[in-house]
Amino acid sequence: MDYIYQVRLTTHISSAIGSLTHALLQNARCYSVSHLSVQERIEQKRKAALTGGGQLRIAAQHKRGKLTARERLELLLDPDSFVEYDMFVEHRCSDFGMEADHNKYPGDSVVTGQGRINGRLVYVFSQDFTVFGGSLSGAHAQKICKIMDQAMMVGAPVIGLNDSGGARIQEGVESLAGYADIFLRNVMASGVVPQISLIMGPCAGGAVYSPALTDFTFMVKDTSYLFITGPDVVKSVTNEDVTQEELGGAKTHTTVSGVAHRAFENDIDALLNLRNFFNFLPLSNKDPAPVTECHDPRDRLVPGLDTIVPFESTKAYDMLDIVHGIVDEREFFEIMPNYAKNIVVGFARMNGRTVGIVGNQPKVASGCLDINSSVKGARFVRFCDAFNIPIITFVDVPGFLPGTAQEYGGIIRHGAKLLYAFAEATVPKITVITRKAYGGAYDVMSSKHLRGDVNYAWPSAEVAVMGAKGAVQIIFRGKENQAEAEAEYVEKFANPFPAAVRGFVDDIIQPSTTRKRICRDLEVLASKKQTNPWKKHANIPL
Amino acid sequence: MFLQWQRSSSVTVGLLVLVWTPLFHSHVCFSKQRCGVIICRYSTVYDPTEKVSLFIRVIKTCKKMGIKTVAVHSDVDSSAVHVKMADEAVCVGPAPTNKSYLNMDAIMNAIKQTGAQAVHPGYGFLSENKQFAKRLAAEGVSFIGPDTHAIQAMGDKIESKLIAKAAKVNTIPGFDGVVKDAEEAVKIAGEIGYPVMIKASAGGGGKGMRIAWNDEETREGFRFSSQEAASSFGDDRLLIEKFIDNPRHIEIQVLADKHGNALWLNERECSIQRRNQKVVEEAPSTFLDPDTRRAMGEQAVSLAKAVKYSSAGTVEFLVDSKKNFYFLEMNTRLQVEHPITECITGLDLVQQMIRIAMGYKLQHKQSDIPINGWAIESRVYAEDPYKSFGLPSIGRLSQYQEPLDLRNVRVDSGIEEGSDISIYYDPMISKLVTYGKTREEALKKMEEALDNYVIRGVTHNIPLLREIIVHPRFVSGDISTKFLPEVYPDGFKGHMLTAGERRELLATAAALYVAAQLRSQKFLGDLRVSVVPAESRQWELCVELDKGVHMLGVSRSGNNYTVEIDGEKVEVSGEWNLASALLPLTINGKHRTLQCLLRTAAGEITLQYLGTSFKLRVLSKLAASLSKHMPEKVPEDTSSILRSPMPGSVVAVSVKPGDNVAEGQEICVIEAMKMQNSMTAAKAAKVKSVHCKAGDTVGEGDLLVELE
Repeated sequence: MDYIYQVRLTTHISSAIGSLTHALLQNARCYSVSHLSVQERIEQKRKAALTGGGQLRIAAQHKRGKLTARERLELLLDPDSFVEYDMFVEHRCSDFGMEADHNKYPGDSVVTGQGRINGRLVYVFSQDFTVFGGSLSGAHAQKICKIMDQAMMVGAPVIGLNDSGGARIQEGVESLAGYADIFLRNVMASGVVPQISLIMGPCAGGAVYSPALTDFTFMVKDTSYLFITGPDVVKSVTNEDVTQEELGGAKTHTTVSGVAHRAFENDIDALLNLRNFFNFLPLSNKDPAPVTECHDPRDRLVPGLDTIVPFESTKAYDMLDIVHGIVDEREFFEIMPNYAKNIVVGFARMNGRTVGIVGNQPKVASGCLDINSSVKGARFVRFCDAFNIPIITFVDVPGFLPGTAQEYGGIIRHGAKLLYAFAEATVPKITVITRKAYGGAYDVMSSKHLRGDVNYAWPSAEVAVMGAKGAVQIIFRGKENQAEAEAEYVEKFANPFPAAVRGFVDDIIQPSTTRKRICRDLEVLASKKQTNPWKKHANIPL
Repeated sequence: MFLQWQRSSSVTVGLLVLVWTPLFHSHVCFSKQRCGVIICRYSTVYDPTEKVSLFIRVIKTCKKMGIKTVAVHSDVDSSAVHVKMADEAVCVGPAPTNKSYLNMDAIMNAIKQTGAQAVHPGYGFLSENKQFAKRLAAEGVSFIGPDTHAIQAMGDKIESKLIAKAAKVNTIPGFDGVVKDAEEAVKIAGEIGYPVMIKASAGGGGKGMRIAWNDEETREGFRFSSQEAASSFGDDRLLIEKFIDNPRHIEIQVLADKHGNALWLNERECSIQRRNQKVVEEAPSTFLDPDTRRAMGEQAVSLAKAVKYSSAGTVEFLVDSKKNFYFLEMNTRLQVEHPITECITGLDLVQQMIRIAMGYKLQHKQSDIPINGWAIESRVYAEDPYKSFGLPSIGRLSQYQEPLDLRNVRVDSGIEEGSDISIYYDPMISKLVTYGKTREEALKKMEEALDNYVIRGVTHNIPLLREIIVHPRFVSGDISTKFLPEVYPDGFKGHMLTAGERRELLATAAALYVAAQLRSQKFLGDLRVSVVPAESRQWELCVELDKGVHMLGVSRSGNNYTVEIDGEKVEVSGEWNLASALLPLTINGKHRTLQCLLRTAAGEITLQYLGTSFKLRVLSKLAASLSKHMPEKVPEDTSSILRSPMPGSVVAVSVKPGDNVAEGQEICVIEAMKMQNSMTAAKAAKVKSVHCKAGDTVGEGDLLVELE
């Protein structure tokens, strides 16, 4: 059964890279020493390349619940759109019997090229676990570098499908050099074209740093893992007993470490979701945020928002309800939905245009900012800013989380990252204060003072240094009539007026009109031009 | 919360004349004072949905009559729908009911402050409070509704039965006294003969009611009913009577004034019930002939007269297959199903109640009361109909759209988009009423209305309602209160698709998938790198539905899709607005409204079709062929795990770790919406761990007890 699509693939690939074949054909003829005609050898190599490590290994791959490198690309890309590069590249190792013919696989352990996702250009590489366990040889690295270089020149994203046992040990330092070549390109491409890693098998040792350097890392549940050192080494060094899954499975990285941005059920689910995700991204930093056809009326009122903020300010509500209500078609691609849940970040569309959403989540830890949520938010804001995606911020924040754990962990340094990211961003920034905006956290959350373009307050907004109770305890320390003072404080500050009279919010709006207002503002801000002073690069507090 | 309405406060002249409707003659006038209604009390912890919808209903009529309304509310309810609708609103205190809705001083103050001249009490505590009635009378404020004497007499099942007997109303044989304990219950049951019905003396609406077929069930029923009665009504008195098997529930609407006149406004058939609560009602009944109707109506009127009833009321009867009817109880409030009576008689019952409260005589004679056309009411509940025909569900109404653009459809509800349905609230979302010249027309309209009703965020019972109204037995009028358990002996399973319907559903999913795929290739604006869409006029898709896998060929021309399934062609066309909650389509020439409840990037599509939601998965041929390699995810073994089937609170836990339980043995009791549900063991086993204790609040799916 598996051959059918492969044969189909052959036909379209051969036509697509016809000119390349022609050139190779010429060269091959000159150096041919075989009794086979060059034409036959081309066909043979191509056929070998398409079967990767051979039927047995393909069957083993399938048995693990994983698809092959080529099957994955076929699902990821539009039908008949894949253009393969370097199908004839072979590894160059001559030690340990690697030079033997049966140890040479055309294309080596990675498939590279470019193709289309919903018609838009993308560069891809897909590591082939059936060839030497997908291990990274010099040739393997070189193939990846080639497409990354071209992606940067053309201005198109790079998607890597990782499924590799690690370095090609037989090659030694050449393999390590290959990793470094890729790392360098990851860094150079950072902020130039979006880079996405989908971990679809093992990714261990030095190899993990390539996904870590890309903009988004996604994983497949149960069949992928990421770690610096595996369970065996962990056991021998720290004497900890830990399984692969616990150490570096999808659950660990999406809930505990924050290394991965999302996990999907299986290969098919992951690749289809990746196609969907890709539609949110611009091709490069030279392109505006994409605008797709939208059926959701831009001026739609959202009556449910008028009642969503509870009367009691201590009561929680779900920020996602607000986000879903406001964005196009309730579609929100959440980034890191299970990590630092006190902040919500992700992509959505407003009247068809991609926007980045940042929102405090009152449902979790009252929506406070802590170390993890600050870092999560900061990285997302910087991605949006790098790729011209407007940022919409929903604020309901009681402040930064107090305590020794946070202070010792460096909340000052990490909190500063979010502050830095918002302040530095020059994309359109729209902020809606839904309820609390207390203390320093008010400043941080895309406030007017950090160049927020449009800042709104809902009638339920309270912009103040702190909650009434705390404030009264300080202002009226030791005095009687605390309750009365508290009422006075609430009257004065627990409303949007103090901020509105100073122009720190541009308007106090009826919540149900929020979508309409934001759509209108985005239209105006589409031509926003703002630049930061020239610098070699900025120095974010890492 | 209460509400008050008042006549325009700027009017200083003596007479205010209402000339609004032909039913309300121009000689009717109010006194010099401003007049108003205060609808008082609803507590947020006691099924307010029904009350809010009643208040809204009253406000609408008041507006029509030119009467201003004042809503009275606690501080947390300031944004409730009826508060926003009323002309004025007065906050009477903080959330706890004894500080607000039960705070008589605060309410009296609100009445004085606003100059209200009448009070609509809603349902519940103050509506039946004699003290309150006295204070209102002292202030010269009218009370809309029957007086407290009638409410108390009819509210007590034992007393009402005695009164009914005296008024020569047919009653059910049974024991007319308070049952002391379980053993006495068994003895009485033996005397009456099984089956018997054990019910709370103070009860209503099916709460605190149990049927017993033998001694053991009588004991159990006694225990449950008295507990439920105590928790729901604060009164654990029970009575026992003969249970009439397979009866219909038919009730007569009456209207009585303060001058001893009374009318009957025909019947409502309310036989479709689950757990003794009404689900679908209609007026008139297919079962009654004019003679029976008249006999029932006359008995109802004589009962109303016997208790000196004034205002609108309902006399409920059980009717057996031989058209013998027995008095069940009298409801002294405006019932949920009153709109269907309004539809067929043309009377506005709220308007009539206000007139009566003002002391006017009835303006109609019995001969003036017509039966025009047919009206059906569906009670739309926030319930999961797949569990015991409806276990409560909770959530936030993320999207809510009533089918009000259809003609002859009326929706009475107290909620709106964004409302929270919590375990503390009655799960009723709305009453959906359709009207037609004939029953058939009204039923067709109901189908359409249910298909166009958008409710997202909570599980609802539209699948069940949609099935009931098209079921051949219902359509032919062959119904009884046993309808649901008889028609669905193994529980409700949703709509069973015919082969043709299955094809329609598959074709719609495929067409929707392609429409979405095509749209995702449409990028607007100037593009630096051009988009090269994958051009295709033909799609080969694989659609999964209930484990059945179908290969489909789809071709498109404009908005029309031709889908080929197993050699059969299905034509689907429509606007394909992917943002709209409704999907109005033409499938093979027939108009159908579907709803797309879910559409994911991974090809999952959930469609609401003929009321029931179906989960489908649409994949390209390639993805489908590869999906066989995907690892099977092992689902949790549920036989040794007991999870809460609904949100609620734990009343009692009867096991502890280490106990051996038999299959079917009670493990714990969960209470939700004032109903107690006994949770039993799925197998005989030892209890491994207990994760809840009495008093806990649990959510749907929460782990309660683990067995070994």
